[in-house]
Amino acid sequence: MSDRFKVLEEEKVFKDPVHRYIHVRDELIWDLIGTKEFQRLRRIRQLGTTYLTFHGAEHTRFNHSLGVYEIVRRMVENLEKKIAWDPEERLVCLAAALLHDIGHGPFSHSFEKVFHTDHEQWTRAIILGNTDVHRVLTSVGGKFPKKVADVIEKTYANKLVVSLISSQIDADRMDYLLRDAFYTGVSYGNFDMERILRVMRPKEDQAVFKHSGMHAVEDYIMSRYQMYWQVYFHPVTRSAEVILSKILHRAKDLYRAGYQFKDQPKHFYTLFSGEITLADYLKLDESVILYYFQEWADEEDPILHDLCQRFMDRRLFKYVECDPGKQMSVWPELLQLFAAIGLEPEYYLVIDSSSDLPYDFYRPGEEEERLPIHLLMPGGDLRELSRESEVVEAISGKKRTDHKLYFPMDFLEDQRTYAEEKQRIIALLKAQEG
Amino acid sequence: MLQEHCKLLAVLKQTGEIVGRKKLQKLIYIAKKLDFPFFERYQFHFYGPYSEELNLRVEEMSHLDFITEIKEKKGGYQQYRYALSDKGADFLALSNYELPETKGILNVLNEQSSRFLELVSTVLYFEDLPRAEVEEKVVTLKAKQNYSQEEINEAYWFIEQLCKKAASAEANE
Repeated sequence: MSDRFKVLEEEKVFKDPVHRYIHVRDELIWDLIGTKEFQRLRRIRQLGTTYLTFHGAEHTRFNHSLGVYEIVRRMVENLEKKIAWDPEERLVCLAAALLHDIGHGPFSHSFEKVFHTDHEQWTRAIILGNTDVHRVLTSVGGKFPKKVADVIEKTYANKLVVSLISSQIDADRMDYLLRDAFYTGVSYGNFDMERILRVMRPKEDQAVFKHSGMHAVEDYIMSRYQMYWQVYFHPVTRSAEVILSKILHRAKDLYRAGYQFKDQPKHFYTLFSGEITLADYLKLDESVILYYFQEWADEEDPILHDLCQRFMDRRLFKYVECDPGKQMSVWPELLQLFAAIGLEPEYYLVIDSSSDLPYDFYRPGEEEERLPIHLLMPGGDLRELSRESEVVEAISGKKRTDHKLYFPMDFLEDQRTYAEEKQRIIALLKAQEG
Repeated sequence: MLQEHCKLLAVLKQTGEIVGRKKLQKLIYIAKKLDFPFFERYQFHFYGPYSEELNLRVEEMSHLDFITEIKEKKGGYQQYRYALSDKGADFLALSNYELPETKGILNVLNEQSSRFLELVSTVLYFEDLPRAEVEEKVVTLKAKQNYSQEEINEAYWFIEQLCKKAASAEANE
């Protein structure tokens, strides 16, 4: 057996406000936490720009990754009482849980949209590439890093292992719901995780839940639903995301057009040119990004300067609900008016859709690709959750889409210039809300 | 304005009708792998590469009445038929969005069965692996679909043809 199966002489614990303690006994896990790639997650917030809406939301991918590890550790401990595990399978689970978000970049949602990168590909690259993480994983065995990467990518042969980390009720979601609720300070993200873990039962393809624990699972689904609308979809956070994306777009376009920045954005060069390497990617974190935003707020380019000032000073765009179908008829006039008052519509009139966000709530689906949550009935049959629970059935059919139109209301309300055009714009925008 | 939505409307305009969510998912994934400009994020799910972002975008377009979504019973499950509506066609015209030249690739994909597209997209998902490993993945991860060696060979041949077509489309751009 490899040395990496070794346990530490003394168990290490991390104090954690969500799970109280995070327990580490395996040398492998301890060493992974110590790698520079994992420590980088301390400088990447879990919820991106949400801290501009909920000031407590300063928690990072580091906290969350430890939390997911701890939940999986408890799941595995429970499951080991019911099924026989290969000891390596246990370590694969724990390492995958700890590393599942290792590829996230700063404000990664906006980054991925603008630069068409994918944090899951970076995760794979970090686990399999020339990194400290890879070296630590390889010490278990040559094939071990690939197994961990396959679990995170959901292509691992043992689907039960995959489902613990990624399914409709997995350790990732359980941790982020509880943690995001705690740090944002909202009161509706809580559910009885201990109870869910107690009623979890292993099956071939996924973990299922004893029918007697249905109400705990219902609470989890309700929490996911509430957090979706109240936190993740918050329109102010989305406004900050819109501005952030537009800053990145503007900087990229300026770079490609040969614009001379006062402070050369060397951290962005390979990203802008579409040739970013793993080493360059790992140098990016939120402190680097915010440094440049601070610098770009003093740039000559009026758009980059204005957007960065807005982001840093939290002068965000306002919004109206919009129906792009109805908007069609007024859209050409709006574009013309924005151009006439000197606001480039590409940067200052932005539709944001629910599909632009990386969250969803539970949908059992028909002809869907997602494996639904199954309850284990007293007779041994499996039933899909929404067929047993009226609460879940009621919310899983709800419309989950909306569109918002964002614009700089402060600029439009300053009527010292272009008063007539601005009044017309405001009237057109307000008419959208009916 | 809503450019990613417009791309999907343009796909429906070109293909006429797409039957089945699975087919729509795989069709866009394969087009994306052929370097057509689709940016929906995909992950590996139960039936192969799947994009929740695409799923939600289609739902949005249905709520906006840009597309028609007809639900029908098919054996033990529900199947959806998608087509461009008049309102969607108006929106697409207003946006001035035009799909890049696809040399009929979208229609070729639309003529295949969902089962075959599931296999093709799975092979493409693992394209960086040696063929023997890809086949092993197909057998392990798609055990319930029970794909034959003949089907796997056909998938590889099909991908080769698609790549040639895509290259000629690019050359004509």
